[in-house]
Amino acid sequence: MILTVNGKAHEAEPRAGQCLRTLLRELGFYGVKKGCDAGDCGACTIHLDGEPVHSCLMPAFRAEGRAVTTIEGLAATHDSGFPDHLHPMQDAFLAAQGFQCGFCTPGMIMTAAALDQGQKQDLATALKGNLCRCTGYRAIADAVAGVAHAETGAPIDAPVDPCGRNLPAPAGPGVVSGAARYTFDLAVDGLLHMKVLRSPHPHARIVGIDRTATLAMPGIVAVFTHEDVPQKRFSTGRHEDPLDDALDTMVLDPVVRFVGQRVAAVVAVSEAAAEAGCAALVVTYAVRDAVFDPEAALRPNAPLVHDGSDRAGDDAPPLHAHPNLAGEVHGEIGDVAAGFAQADLIHEGVYVSQRVQHAHLETHGAVGWRDEVGRLVIRSSTQTPFLTRDALASLFDLPKTEVRVVCGRVGGGFGGKQEMLTEDLVALAVLATGRPVKWETTRQEQFVGATTRHPMRVRVKVGARKDGTLTAIALHVVSNTGAYGNHAGGVIHHGCNEVLGVYRCPNKRVDGYAAYTHTVPSGAFRGYGLSQTVFAVESALDELARGLGLDPFALRRRNVVQPGDPMVSNSLEPHDVEYGSYGLDQCLDLVEDWFADLPPPTLPSAEWLPGSGMAMAMIDTIPPRGHFAEARIALCEGGRYELSVGTAEFGNGTTTVHGQIAASILGTRPDRIVIRQADTDAVGHDTGAYGSTGTVVAGQATLNAATALANALRHAAAAVKGGEPSECRLGPDGVATPGGLISLAEIAAGGPIARIGRADGTPRSVAFNVQGFRVGVHRSSGEIRILDSVQAADAGRVINPMQCRGQIEGGVAQAIGAALYEDVRIDEGGNVVTQTFRSYHIPAFADVPRTTVLFAQTYDRIGPLGAKSMSESPFNPVAAALANAIRDATGVRFHATPFAPDRIYKAIAGLSAETERPNADDVPR
Amino acid sequence: MDLNSVAAIVVPRERDDLRKWEPGDAWLAGGTWLFSEPQPALRRLVDLSRLGWPPYQITDDGLVVGATCTIAELDRLELPGAWIAAPLVGQCCRALLGSFKIWNMATVGGNICLALPAGPMISLAAALDATCVLWTPDGAERRMAVVDFVLGSQQTALAPCEILRCIDLPVAGLRRRTAFRQISLSPNGRSGALLIGTLDAAGAFILTVTASTRRPRQMSFPNLPDAATLHAAIARGIPDTLYHDDVHGAPDWRRHMTFLLAEEIRSEFQGRAAVDGNAGFDGSASA
Repeated sequence: MILTVNGKAHEAEPRAGQCLRTLLRELGFYGVKKGCDAGDCGACTIHLDGEPVHSCLMPAFRAEGRAVTTIEGLAATHDSGFPDHLHPMQDAFLAAQGFQCGFCTPGMIMTAAALDQGQKQDLATALKGNLCRCTGYRAIADAVAGVAHAETGAPIDAPVDPCGRNLPAPAGPGVVSGAARYTFDLAVDGLLHMKVLRSPHPHARIVGIDRTATLAMPGIVAVFTHEDVPQKRFSTGRHEDPLDDALDTMVLDPVVRFVGQRVAAVVAVSEAAAEAGCAALVVTYAVRDAVFDPEAALRPNAPLVHDGSDRAGDDAPPLHAHPNLAGEVHGEIGDVAAGFAQADLIHEGVYVSQRVQHAHLETHGAVGWRDEVGRLVIRSSTQTPFLTRDALASLFDLPKTEVRVVCGRVGGGFGGKQEMLTEDLVALAVLATGRPVKWETTRQEQFVGATTRHPMRVRVKVGARKDGTLTAIALHVVSNTGAYGNHAGGVIHHGCNEVLGVYRCPNKRVDGYAAYTHTVPSGAFRGYGLSQTVFAVESALDELARGLGLDPFALRRRNVVQPGDPMVSNSLEPHDVEYGSYGLDQCLDLVEDWFADLPPPTLPSAEWLPGSGMAMAMIDTIPPRGHFAEARIALCEGGRYELSVGTAEFGNGTTTVHGQIAASILGTRPDRIVIRQADTDAVGHDTGAYGSTGTVVAGQATLNAATALANALRHAAAAVKGGEPSECRLGPDGVATPGGLISLAEIAAGGPIARIGRADGTPRSVAFNVQGFRVGVHRSSGEIRILDSVQAADAGRVINPMQCRGQIEGGVAQAIGAALYEDVRIDEGGNVVTQTFRSYHIPAFADVPRTTVLFAQTYDRIGPLGAKSMSESPFNPVAAALANAIRDATGVRFHATPFAPDRIYKAIAGLSAETERPNADDVPR
Repeated sequence: MDLNSVAAIVVPRERDDLRKWEPGDAWLAGGTWLFSEPQPALRRLVDLSRLGWPPYQITDDGLVVGATCTIAELDRLELPGAWIAAPLVGQCCRALLGSFKIWNMATVGGNICLALPAGPMISLAAALDATCVLWTPDGAERRMAVVDFVLGSQQTALAPCEILRCIDLPVAGLRRRTAFRQISLSPNGRSGALLIGTLDAAGAFILTVTASTRRPRQMSFPNLPDAATLHAAIARGIPDTLYHDDVHGAPDWRRHMTFLLAEEIRSEFQGRAAVDGNAGFDGSASA
């Protein structure tokens, strides 16, 4: 058939059941994204004869004779009179920087460009078919409204410091035009496709897999089962030290431990053939008993998730009190019992945080091949290219030099890509077949077979004197790590750390347990355990304040650590966390003042109850025990700078920040620096873009490299022109010396001058976030509307306020999803029920309020150029602040997220016998 | 998504061609649901777009909506001024979880045949006393009320090879006053309860309950009942087991909201100013 795409006729022969999106991508229109593949997210939006439609739902054969416009052709539909122009909506998204990872952006722009004036007035309705996981939609609203934020006017020349300015992301033009290349946006000759058969049982031994029928089918190239994989165990969780996580996972395991575990992989000439090949595999299972509840898993006779008898000959796993215990943390300082005895009021409550999914719009996946010298190359959607390279080398007994892992632009992460979930199987297939292989997971696989936040049950007991002084805090935490122990220990430790460290209290105790169950594995998730414990502790402190008749801000001020106080969570062991700066006091003031300035709430009727609440959180700016980065910066031929960093860009904005840092030191403009990133060939090592380290660790390496290069350039200039290096000054066009200007091109004429900078992630500082909400709660239906939202953040010196604001807004939005809507529901058979965005509701435009973002004015003496991390932490105080506002509105304390109307209406309406009345748990003394 | 098990597209041009239906076939209207989920059992798609069914016809007897009429076409439709139920059309279109982009593809018939409890075209058609016109494989027609056509969540009265041809909306229904209430767990989410009340010129009241129940339920009253009568009628007419249970709302909440929204509708008709909470945020009508 013939269809017209962007004004050009194309001949195509669509398959009968093919959707238009895959056809367009086969034709090379990679700007048409696959986010959900089910019509929910809108990332694949195109115009068909001028009407916006979701191309994943459009049968390809129906495009015959019709005109398709994709993001690549949008600009040409608008005649500006200038060549190479963008469509006005693309310009608007650039000016507002209405994107972060940018994966949703082509679809968002295609939709926005089709809106009439009336629709633009009601974006909550008009954009309900477009999901963005990164931005929280404010920047998108600004784009549609034509509000500009990025400094794109006059070029910034030295001596104007580029740091502290709203410079746009270098990838922006590529993102808005559809030219940015994400993981799967490339054509590979002779590419094979992989599909994976997943377990229908929560716990079973695979008795046999009959692949005969599959191998006889057309197009099948290879089948892999547990008989074909390295007999080694690893963890999907990636850490600098691979032994941080239990080595309990195999590429394919003869024992399946959750519904959705990988059972076999089929490689074929097409996705369709591979899918049919999976369906034809005959697997015989010996089904075993399963346990889904973490507390049940820790009882004496619980079914074992990792039974030692399945691993004959292996080293014994670490000795734990129970075989289903994946990790634990215990500690006490002072005398907690004595502390509670001194309290005038004690609050004790159990707070439950549910399982939520990262829901980054680009699913997990990888494309692998052998390069021209025979090395294994894996192009992956990962936050940790170097650690994944190391893991693959170790797993397949290859020297690290024989493996290259590289990222395209990564479509969101949120911690979900601090795992090796696909690269191992792709590597296996490439090594076995010698041919390029791609595995792009589906949205459904993302829900049933990727990782989630650790569900947690936190019992918190906290006591205070009448004046609000805390006398003791005790936490008993049980987390559900699912079938595998990736991040089990890290999350339980981190979750029990800063949440206590921020409070000055002489008596603290923690008992934390991470339990294996036969459920989809938990993993790294924005906040890394803190969002769950902060929900508990900040809710409990709100109850204490109420019980004591104290203002919640006053209670915090009385108890938070001040510079000079030791930061102690549950042990007195020395650590490397310091007060590089301290802005918590400012954050508390900013939010309290914001509340004071609010006009009275406007609610539609007396049925809506108003309420206000706040909560706070502290986070260490870097993960403990070493986080390494290397940056290489070179002055190259012609006088351009090339910066290579290991850390990945997935919407976190670190590329912009690195450019600003390097430009600041080199006295140039960020757009003069070409940045290469997330490639194991680019630098020696990088621990990865996790733990909020893109600015504070990788940025520090960039700062060090740029400083060294600046020094080298001053020496080089002085050597040519005379004078002392200290008298030379770098500028955008060259180095000014006492003997006159020497151009950068002249300095580089003798060959590139390169310097390497490194950072080791120690010492570490602390960052702070304080969240405030005003809500309306409907007294009969249980609906919650957020009327006003504020977050104050202490990010040190903010290198790019526009981007940092976006990180905070996005964190608040994602946390609102976790607090109000999202729940990965698992049924009594261990199956994930929520496998689409229709059933797993992530915040859409209508769900997210505008959040006022306020920055503390601090300058960190540890972070690069005064900066601190600010990417995970905005998430952490949100659920508690909402719970506290709902408590204020309704008089009811809710102990479990999400606060969905159907879960809370009874207690609010007073219909429930088990209504949680205020202070029901509190013990006045 | 690609439906990889589908090996052929059949494009019937006239009614007779529809009789070549085989197991593994699916009628393809807008495709917005078929292409949104894996369909491993399907082998052929029967494309209904070339049958030339008119999207709608306005007659003296009422409105006939072709099964392949898109939601967008329905929403754009201008109805005679005497059909004062007309605003219900837009309200129900907006109750669809899918955005206006989905409206460009999704069809009225497809929404009804999918038979999701929250299917807003079911709500619309049921509230207006619409009749489904089914083409049977023997070349005949079968007619049944929409409330009888939908049997349960994703279950209809369609027999294999039967097809929904159109929906007849009688003029009497279109001339009724209407009141619309909808609620979901998130501001623009899938309906957890969608209730429509209609009042005819003689004062007869019909309450149509959808989304909260697994299939539509209707209760008729010769006059607008008082609160207690309405409450009792709902309690009698909708057993607890009929309330739908999925991630879009727990059954007890759906039940609770059904009583609440029904009473709001009743109050609205009683002429009481809608001040007690039926004006929601963002101009939406929620409790």
